[in-house]
Amino acid sequence: MSSETILSMRGISKHFGGVQALSDVSFDVKEGEIYGIIGPNGSGKTTLINCITGFAKPDKGQVFFRQKEITGWPPHKIAHVGITRTFQIMRPYYSLPAFKNLIIPLWSPRARKLGGWRGGGKHGDRDTVAVDILEEIGFERDSRVPYKLASTLPTGYQKRLELARCISMRPEIIFCDEVFSGLSMSEIAGMTPLIEKLKMEGVTLIMVEHRLRELFRVADRVMALQFGEKIAEGLSGDVIENKQVKEAYLGSEEV
Amino acid sequence: MRRKERIDRGIKVRTEGIYAISSMREILYLLGPRLLLIVGLILLPFILQLAPYWARVVNIMCVYALVALSFDFLANYVGLVCLGGGFFVGVGGYLSAIFNTYLGIPFYLSIPLATVFGAFLCTLLFLPCLPLRGVYFAIVTLMYPLLLTRIIEAFDILGGTNGISGVDSFPNQYVEHYAIIVVLLLVLFGLRRFVNQDIGLVLRGVKDNDQSVRASGINVTHMKALAVFISAGIGCFGGAYLVHLYMWAGISLFALDFSIIPIAAVVIGGGGTLVGAVVGTFILVPLSEALRNLGTFRIVIYCVALTAFIVLKSEGIMVYLQRKYHQFERWVKV
Ligand SMILES: Nc1ncnc2c1ncn2[C@@H]1O[C@H](COP(=O)(O)OP(=O)(O)OP(=O)(O)O)[C@@H](O)[C@H]1O
Ligand SMILES: [Mg+2]
Repeated sequence: MSSETILSMRGISKHFGGVQALSDVSFDVKEGEIYGIIGPNGSGKTTLINCITGFAKPDKGQVFFRQKEITGWPPHKIAHVGITRTFQIMRPYYSLPAFKNLIIPLWSPRARKLGGWRGGGKHGDRDTVAVDILEEIGFERDSRVPYKLASTLPTGYQKRLELARCISMRPEIIFCDEVFSGLSMSEIAGMTPLIEKLKMEGVTLIMVEHRLRELFRVADRVMALQFGEKIAEGLSGDVIENKQVKEAYLGSEEV
Repeated sequence: MRRKERIDRGIKVRTEGIYAISSMREILYLLGPRLLLIVGLILLPFILQLAPYWARVVNIMCVYALVALSFDFLANYVGLVCLGGGFFVGVGGYLSAIFNTYLGIPFYLSIPLATVFGAFLCTLLFLPCLPLRGVYFAIVTLMYPLLLTRIIEAFDILGGTNGISGVDSFPNQYVEHYAIIVVLLLVLFGLRRFVNQDIGLVLRGVKDNDQSVRASGINVTHMKALAVFISAGIGCFGGAYLVHLYMWAGISLFALDFSIIPIAAVVIGGGGTLVGAVVGTFILVPLSEALRNLGTFRIVIYCVALTAFIVLKSEGIMVYLQRKYHQFERWVKV
C-alpha cells in the first residue's frame, strides 16, 4: 500500500447563517486507506463532504487532490477527476429500473474515457456492464431485483445502488455518507466485504459513520468532529479512548 | 362466485421496452397502435379533401401537436416545465419569414435554417435561467414571448405590429400537409427512441435527481441546454411552418395559445407518454374549432371539460389506454 497523501484539507471553515458548521478543519488522507469520520448529529460531517465534493463552497480553506488545488470546483468537475460520493439522503433515479440507474454514471465523460469495463469494452453495451456491476455489489443477476424500478427497492439495495453509482465512475476516492445506517446487522455484514474489496482494488474510502463498532472494524484511521471542530484523529482504537470523543458521544464528563 | 382478474400480457417482460416476441400475432400486437397512428395521419389529407376547412385545421393541429411534444419532452423527461412554447414558435416563425422575404431563401431551406438557428437562439437566451428550478423556470420562460412581443412593438422592428407579409406559401396542398405530418411522425418516434437511449436516460436522471447526476461527473447545465435545444428546435419548426402556411409572420406567433393549449393537451393525453401529447392535441384542437362560433363562451366549456378531466381521469388518456392495452381482464371462478 502506498502511503502518499491523496487528499488534503487545509483549514476548512463553513457557516450557515449563525451556525458554524465547520471551523478550521485540516486533515490528510493517504492513498488506499479507509479513513473514518465520526461525530455526533449536526457536527458537520456531511457539510465537510459537501465542501470537498463541490456541493458547498467553503468560506475559508483549501482542498488539494494529489497536490492540486480543487477548492471551489463545480461537483461534476470534481467527480470527473475521480472523487465520488454517496448521499446520506438517498434519492436514486426513481423512474428508472435499478440497472438503468447506472447508465448515467457509465455515460459520464470519466467512465467513457476510462472505459475498459469487463466485457463492455470502451463503448460496449452499457446495460451489460451495469448488470455486471450490480451483480458484483450484491444484486442477484437472475432475480428480478436489478430490473425493478429503483423506487421499489428496499433500503439495503438502495444503499448498494448508491455505492454502485460511485463504483461505475471507476473512482479514486469514494466518500460514503452513512452507508451503514438503517441497515440490519446482516446487511452490514454483507456490505463490509464490498468495502474491503474496494480497498484491495486501491480505492481510497472516506467513511462517515454513526455505527462506530462496524466502522472501526474496517477503518485504518479515524477523525472525530464536534461542533464543526476536529477533536481527535488517529488509529481507530486510540480515538475511541480519547476523552473528548467520549464526552461528545455520551455528553458527560465522567465515562 | 366470480371475481375479475387482471393479467399482464405475457410478452411484456421484465422492464419497460423489452419484449419477448414469438409470433406474428404478437408483432402485430406491438405494432398495431403505431401503424394505426401512422396510416391514419398519412391518409388524413385525402379524407379531408371532402372538407377543405378542416384540412387547414389539421395542419394547425399538427403544429400544436409538435409544440405539445416539445413541452412533454422537457417537462416529463428533463424536469423543465417550460411555458415558453409560444417563444419557440415565434422565434422560428420570424426567422423563417426573415430568411424568406429579406434574404430570398426558398421555403424548403428557410424552414430548416429557421429550425436550427432558432433552436440555437432560444437555447442561448434560455441559458441564464437553466439553473432555476420548478416554478421559477416556468415563470421566466412565460415572460420571454411577452418580452419579445413588446420589443417588436416598441421599436417597430420586423414589421412592427403589422408583421412581415409576403412570405412564400407552399407550392401545393400536398406539400403543405405532408411537410408537417411527416415531421410530426418523425419527431414523435424520434423522441420516443431518444428518451430510451443512454443519453436520454441521463436527461431523465436530471429530472429525478440532478445532484446525483452532478456527482456522476456530468455537467447538468450542458444536459439541460441540449434538451432545450431539441425542444426549441421542434417548436421553431412549427413556427417556421406556420409562417409559410399563413404567408405572414406577426406577433400573434408569440401568443399565449402556443404556450397554453399544448400544456392542456398534454394533461388530457397523459404526460410522459409523448403519444399522449399528440392524442391530446387531436382531441383539443378540433374541439376548440368546433366551438369557435360560441365565441368566448367556449372558454367556459374548456375550463369545465379540463377540470372534469383532471378530477376524473388525472392520469391522461394515453396512460389509461396503454395500461388497458397491455393488460387484459377476465372473470374467474373463486
Ligand atoms: N444547507 C444548510 N443550511 C443551513 N444549515 C445547514 C445546512 N446544512 C447543514 N446545516 C447545519 O450545519 C450543521 C452541520 O450539519 P451536517 O449535516 O454537516 O451534520 P452531520 O454531522 O452530517 O449530521 P448527521 O450525523 O445528522 O448527518 C447542522 O447544525 C446543520 O443544521
Ligand atoms: Mg450527515
